[in-house]
Amino acid sequence: MTEIVFSGVHHRYGQRSVLAGIDLRLTERRVGIVGANGSGKSTLARMINGLISPTEGTVTVDGLDVARNGREVRRRVGFLFTDPDSQIVMPTVAEDVAFSLRKSGLAQSEIDTRVAEALQRFDLRDHADHPTHLLSGGQKQLLALAAVLIRRPAILVADEPTTLLDLRNARMVADLLNGLEEQVILVTHHLELLEKFDRVLVLDQGQVVADGSPARAAAGYRALLG
Amino acid sequence: MSVIAAYRPGTSALHRMPAGPKLLGMFVLLLGVAFLSRPWQLGMLAILVGLGFLVARIPAGPLWAQVRPLRFMLVVIAVAQWLLAGWQTALLVCGGLLVALCISALFTLTTRVTALLDVCQRGLQPLRRVGLDPDRVGLLLSMTIRCVPLLESIVGEVLDARKARGLGFSAIALAVPVVVRALRAADAMGEALIARGFDE
Repeated sequence: MTEIVFSGVHHRYGQRSVLAGIDLRLTERRVGIVGANGSGKSTLARMINGLISPTEGTVTVDGLDVARNGREVRRRVGFLFTDPDSQIVMPTVAEDVAFSLRKSGLAQSEIDTRVAEALQRFDLRDHADHPTHLLSGGQKQLLALAAVLIRRPAILVADEPTTLLDLRNARMVADLLNGLEEQVILVTHHLELLEKFDRVLVLDQGQVVADGSPARAAAGYRALLG
Repeated sequence: MSVIAAYRPGTSALHRMPAGPKLLGMFVLLLGVAFLSRPWQLGMLAILVGLGFLVARIPAGPLWAQVRPLRFMLVVIAVAQWLLAGWQTALLVCGGLLVALCISALFTLTTRVTALLDVCQRGLQPLRRVGLDPDRVGLLLSMTIRCVPLLESIVGEVLDARKARGLGFSAIALAVPVVVRALRAADAMGEALIARGFDE
């Protein structure tokens, strides 16, 4: 299992402190992060992928400092964004999934095989040649997930991937995330998505204020919201 | 359907043809259009292009989707040419434009964007020596193509929001939120590209 370590992490946007003194070691297969808007959870999630470097402290993934080894870290850590539209690059579904392997150095036949498998896995095979902008919100998020996982990362960080989806699509994406073999770090507002998780963190004003089982974290989060 | 994301899957000879020779063929035919001087030449070319559509098994709907945005312009040019230079010139100019549009549509409808980008990237390889990165140019082209429907939806949403608030048209009130949202979308796409490993 992979190991994500936050050591004395602080982060500021200008004068505003977003994360203040985070020390964590995440080795669990399923980790949830909850917190109110502006609590720092998205910043924390982005640090695992090296999209944001801490202004103080270090974040490591399997011993690799994300600030110094961003490219290597991003090969191990996939990132799923809230809005799939920002993640989709190519005009058709199959082309977008294949785009993730464009710089992989794999033979075209291997890329084609992996794309076909990914489309099958995420129930997108019938949409392979469809324009991406005509997909439903749920299908777009599935496409974004397929495009991330085709690179075979060890860790998937998902930043509120169900926020823009209706209940049915949110449940579908959540079920898929639950069934993945990869280590999953899920940022969400929906506590019910974390019921089967191994560990849940509650963030408030840039600090971890509760850390433990989903039930314990849920109680902490509800107490926080009053 | 967006004119850009118009590829129609198929297994015809035209679909299977490599994008490079197909692109070259399209340029040759377009050059041919520029040198048309007799209506019968236009007719022959139109028949050839029509055969191309039959071979590719492209129905009329997708072709019309490509031609429709220019229909009024074609009519205006046809009327102007007829009045100024006679019916033969009007036929040659407008017919030529229409045939050129159909040639381009035939290429677009039977060629994947990735195949076209690969050709562009291969064609740009010699320019590496002067510091141009063909991969980046390819990425830039695919992002541009992808951003057309994205911008369309942003503009649509901003216009809908204005209607919902009961406001009239104002260029500034349209431009400001569209530019702000487009810049935000560009930021998010840049971040997503890095996350997908394209900072390498």
